[in-house]
Amino acid sequence: MRRNLLIWGPFALFGLIFVLFMGGLFAPADRDIDSHMIGQPLPQFQLQAAVADRPALASSDFATGKPRLLNIFASWCTPCIAEAPYLQQLADRGVDIYGVAIRDRPQDVAGFLARNGNPYARIGADGLSEVQLGIGSSGVPETFVIDGKGHIRYQHIGEIRAADVPMLITKLQEAQVP
Amino acid sequence: MRQGFWFQTGLVIAAMIAVLLGGIALPARAQDLMPPAPYAYKQLDDPAQEAKAHALMQSLRCLKCQSQSIADSDAPMAGDMRHQVRTRIAAGEDPEAIRAWLIQRYGDWVSYKPRLDTATWPLFAGPLLLMLSVGAVLFRRLRARGKTVTGAKP
Repeated sequence: MRRNLLIWGPFALFGLIFVLFMGGLFAPADRDIDSHMIGQPLPQFQLQAAVADRPALASSDFATGKPRLLNIFASWCTPCIAEAPYLQQLADRGVDIYGVAIRDRPQDVAGFLARNGNPYARIGADGLSEVQLGIGSSGVPETFVIDGKGHIRYQHIGEIRAADVPMLITKLQEAQVP
Repeated sequence: MRQGFWFQTGLVIAAMIAVLLGGIALPARAQDLMPPAPYAYKQLDDPAQEAKAHALMQSLRCLKCQSQSIADSDAPMAGDMRHQVRTRIAAGEDPEAIRAWLIQRYGDWVSYKPRLDTATWPLFAGPLLLMLSVGAVLFRRLRARGKTVTGAKP
């Protein structure tokens, strides 16, 4: 009797592995890589200005008491065009947005801003993706909430959509409380 | 009448070529126009340092292309990561310190070299336990067979 039950063991194991594999195959692929730098201070950096009409960006610009957004973008990035109006909405509501332009030439950044608007208070040129690697970002666009002490509080991966605007405002308010 | 046919055929072929070329040209728009980072494709002058850098680059995962190492990938971001690795090694940094720096930012995901910790110990212990249990079964069966063989002898 015990032997009869035991004979189903391999079949049950097969079923378990089958369900596991099918689950993995049909689950929607999650290719986002979360930054592990949440809660950590921004790494030290000092970038040159990406365009003539906006000041350059350094890590020290964030530790001034006010929570801000750090937006990773590039003129060659298509989703960045889609998020431009929502960044402008955030800027219109008094949010300071500091941009980091990844692997971009000044004339290309200027052209991108002329076409899609310029919500940035400062823009640093990250020609070697050093700041991007330093904060654990793996793509463009990404947006980080940085609190007034210069600590990374939140990471948004991908373009900002209409529904993300109030969410980011809330995250900025949360970052205000120490 | 015949000329009209050839004109139309020419137009259709031209349109097909335009569509094909358009399809080829489109993905190229999502690339940046910056030259690669200085040490993205340039080896370090010291062969020993380059060997260390290369060994590390082969065991770091590309963040953009996800199934390639940064040594194998032509993604601009992988080039920037190779530049980062080579300049740090040239400055005398230990390869494992650079790996730790990246793991601190991206998690274990970025490294192809698995660490032994609370989440990964079954990976290392599993084969060992399997070998031990197979060995135990084999030992018992062989001993049992030896007994029956000797027992069967008159």
